[in-house]
Amino acid sequence: MSVEMKRTKKSKEPLIRTVKRTELSGQKAVLLRIAALLAALVAGGIFILAIGYNPVLVYKTMISGAFRSKLAFQGTVKVLIPLLITSLGVTLAFKMKFWNIGAEGQLIMGAVFASYFALFHDTLPHWILMILMVLGGMLGGGLMGLLPAYFKSKFNTNETLFTLMLNYIALNFVVYLREGPWRDPNSPGYAKIARFSKNAQLDKVFGIHAGWIIAIVILIFVSIYLYVTKRGYEISVVGESQATAKYAGMNVKKIVLRTMFLSGGICGIAGMIEASGSAVTLTSGIAGGVGFTAIIVAWLGGLNPFYIFIVASLFSIMEKGSSVVESTFGLSGACADVLQGIILFFVLGCEFFVRYQFVTRKERGARA
Amino acid sequence: MADKRKENFAIECVGITKRFGSVLANDHIDLQVRNGEVLALLGENGSGKTTLMNMLSGIYHPDEGSIFVNGEEAVINSPTDASELGIGMIHQHFKLVDVFSAMENIVLGTKEKYEKPAVLEEKINAICDKFGLEIDARKKVYNMSVSEKQTVEILKVLYRGANVLILDEPTAVLTPQETEKLFRILRNMKAQGNAVIIITHKLNEVLEISDRVTILRKGQSIDTVETKDCDANQLTELMVGRPVSLEIERPIMDEVGTILSCKNVTIKKADGTIGVRNLNFDMKTGEILGVAGVAGSGQKELCEGIAGLLKAECGEIHYEGKNIVGKTPEEIINLGISMSFVPEDRLGMGLVASMGMVENMLLKTYKKGKGPFLVRKPARSLAEKLVKKLGIVTSSVDTPVRFMSGGNVQKVLLGREIESNPKVLITAYPVRGLDINSSYTIYDLLNEQKKKDVAVLYVGEDLDVLLELCDRILVLCHGEITGIVDAEETTKEEIGLMMTGESVKKEA
Repeated sequence: MSVEMKRTKKSKEPLIRTVKRTELSGQKAVLLRIAALLAALVAGGIFILAIGYNPVLVYKTMISGAFRSKLAFQGTVKVLIPLLITSLGVTLAFKMKFWNIGAEGQLIMGAVFASYFALFHDTLPHWILMILMVLGGMLGGGLMGLLPAYFKSKFNTNETLFTLMLNYIALNFVVYLREGPWRDPNSPGYAKIARFSKNAQLDKVFGIHAGWIIAIVILIFVSIYLYVTKRGYEISVVGESQATAKYAGMNVKKIVLRTMFLSGGICGIAGMIEASGSAVTLTSGIAGGVGFTAIIVAWLGGLNPFYIFIVASLFSIMEKGSSVVESTFGLSGACADVLQGIILFFVLGCEFFVRYQFVTRKERGARA
Repeated sequence: MADKRKENFAIECVGITKRFGSVLANDHIDLQVRNGEVLALLGENGSGKTTLMNMLSGIYHPDEGSIFVNGEEAVINSPTDASELGIGMIHQHFKLVDVFSAMENIVLGTKEKYEKPAVLEEKINAICDKFGLEIDARKKVYNMSVSEKQTVEILKVLYRGANVLILDEPTAVLTPQETEKLFRILRNMKAQGNAVIIITHKLNEVLEISDRVTILRKGQSIDTVETKDCDANQLTELMVGRPVSLEIERPIMDEVGTILSCKNVTIKKADGTIGVRNLNFDMKTGEILGVAGVAGSGQKELCEGIAGLLKAECGEIHYEGKNIVGKTPEEIINLGISMSFVPEDRLGMGLVASMGMVENMLLKTYKKGKGPFLVRKPARSLAEKLVKKLGIVTSSVDTPVRFMSGGNVQKVLLGREIESNPKVLITAYPVRGLDINSSYTIYDLLNEQKKKDVAVLYVGEDLDVLLELCDRILVLCHGEITGIVDAEETTKEEIGLMMTGESVKKEA
């Protein structure tokens, strides 16, 4: 038998262990996150010092870079618009616990559909063209969202992989269009798609393309949809437990399909705005990683539209500010990326401490 | 019986305290168990029984207090430590590898696992003979009945040389006959000088098997008494903290009429295997029809089949004369058939854990109002009404239900179903994990429905309750009905035999 060696050893419990917290009050959780942000700034400051710059100055430039002039502010808002819309789009799916990692592809496909009208129907009256482009963007993104949802409900495929891979399909579809059917014959040198005519561009309101108005409308729409409509209620129930949803008589498949169409559709609108308002053409870089950043933004905002707006704004300030830092100090782009990475690391890392805490041997047990 | 030797205790706990966050799960608990005795650990759900035993078996570490094994202070940091000290725990949920044989499961993690099967089998058989266990060492676990799996769990700890056995609610999954068998084994162990701790909240079992009882209430050890000086009422009073009547009312209704009848109904589980086969039974208004059976005998499929969540493969379910097979859950809800199923995790189905009472009230009715928007107002007043009527304890009707205690959650669930004025009410395990007082509130609620001429289907675990509460009892075994009996004329033993199906043929 294995138990010849009986012992009553006097060993000790581990020095540090993690203990699940009792739910933190909202205020404490906010304080913790602010502390994480400050810690991130300190750590980033050490990094800046190490490469030979003055951290206070760099940070100051970062903030002022995002706001110092009308142009800078407009630039920040331009970064914010697609990020906010896309984050709101994925939020619908995430609320339902449908892991939509395909916002990037949905955005691109929205841009493709919108570009079709911009390139081939730009003789239509401006308003009709704009509406068609928005609807097209929504349809393109929506279909990209619908596809994995259909396969998920039919064959229970893994939506994470499915949506992720669709991103690359969408991206390469744009490359195909650029090299082939949509290649601008008037462009010398390397292949590209033609610039949109003035008629197919979003109007400017207060110096920024009208995307910001669409973003506000979507922000309000998503808030209302999630919190006071029957469909929003269905999303929450399906997200919590599909068994419960079925038990309550809900048609889970229909809800999943409908929500994913909407989720992709909203991302597609962001694509339309980017193509028509920002790039004024369709390029393979049209999404530029926004679809992935949106996932982080949605989660940091706790899937709450208002918080998502705040988080997306902070991200945009950081993004715009670091590009100014880059040019002012002659820092390489990689350094700005490192700074962003450090900040993200701390902010995401603090979520662990919102849920867990460390207990040392001396304290013995989790005391409230 | 326990002789009063002046020796050391097999296990002695002194001042054990354990906190989980702000919850004090164990508050300075003292407990002693001697060699050669069966100690029952009695307490309601959440009184800290399992937490305490998990500390003895090395799963948790106490925040304060000490554990003595045979008189020497011991620090138990892992299940391995516990096993080396001769402490073995049999958990409520079995921890076995399904595709392994009994033998492979037993030797798993020991040094002898590479020995020849013949040698191992002999060793295992030797242990079996010693304690009166029966097992086919080469049988795969997935072919085993619940009781056989439990035997493997017991062998696992005996093989490791345990002389202190802890069993966490071992009878919850057993038929009365299997329980009797288990008790014979435990008595054998006791006779050979082992210490046995059995966790349970079934009073009659405590009285039958134990020598002494330690009662826990709200994390404190209230008292330890000699079983022979005690009766069920005294134990209940110690457990609950005040005298409680153990009678369940059974009002007799004059007129009963069939409202729902199943004819040759076969329902498959989600994985395609047969859940229930060829069911034939009637549900009558003003009657509580009990459903008895070992866990997993088809209770879930029966409930979900009637509620329309699973579609009957063949057969017909007639409700007020019309076949409802093929209707969607929504249509069936609107017909007045209401189901509340309380699964093991209690929240899984029927309530949304992260939502408050108000939003949970909306679950089945949210579609009723016109337009795309939710109407929360009636739900709010319904929630407030339930809080008053059923004495639900919650900080507000918007507090997520996952913060509420089990009893209150179940009141919310059942209360909502009843408020929808159903004609057929299906409840599965409505008292699962509830304290005695809450259980009786639930029984009263069901009786109230019965008096309103509702046909109630009550799927239960405790045979004593089924016998007292229900008018008729339907017994399931492996998805088939092995009998429908009048509750007043049958006995626990008879139902027990029907629950095992085959033994009826042999012994009847």
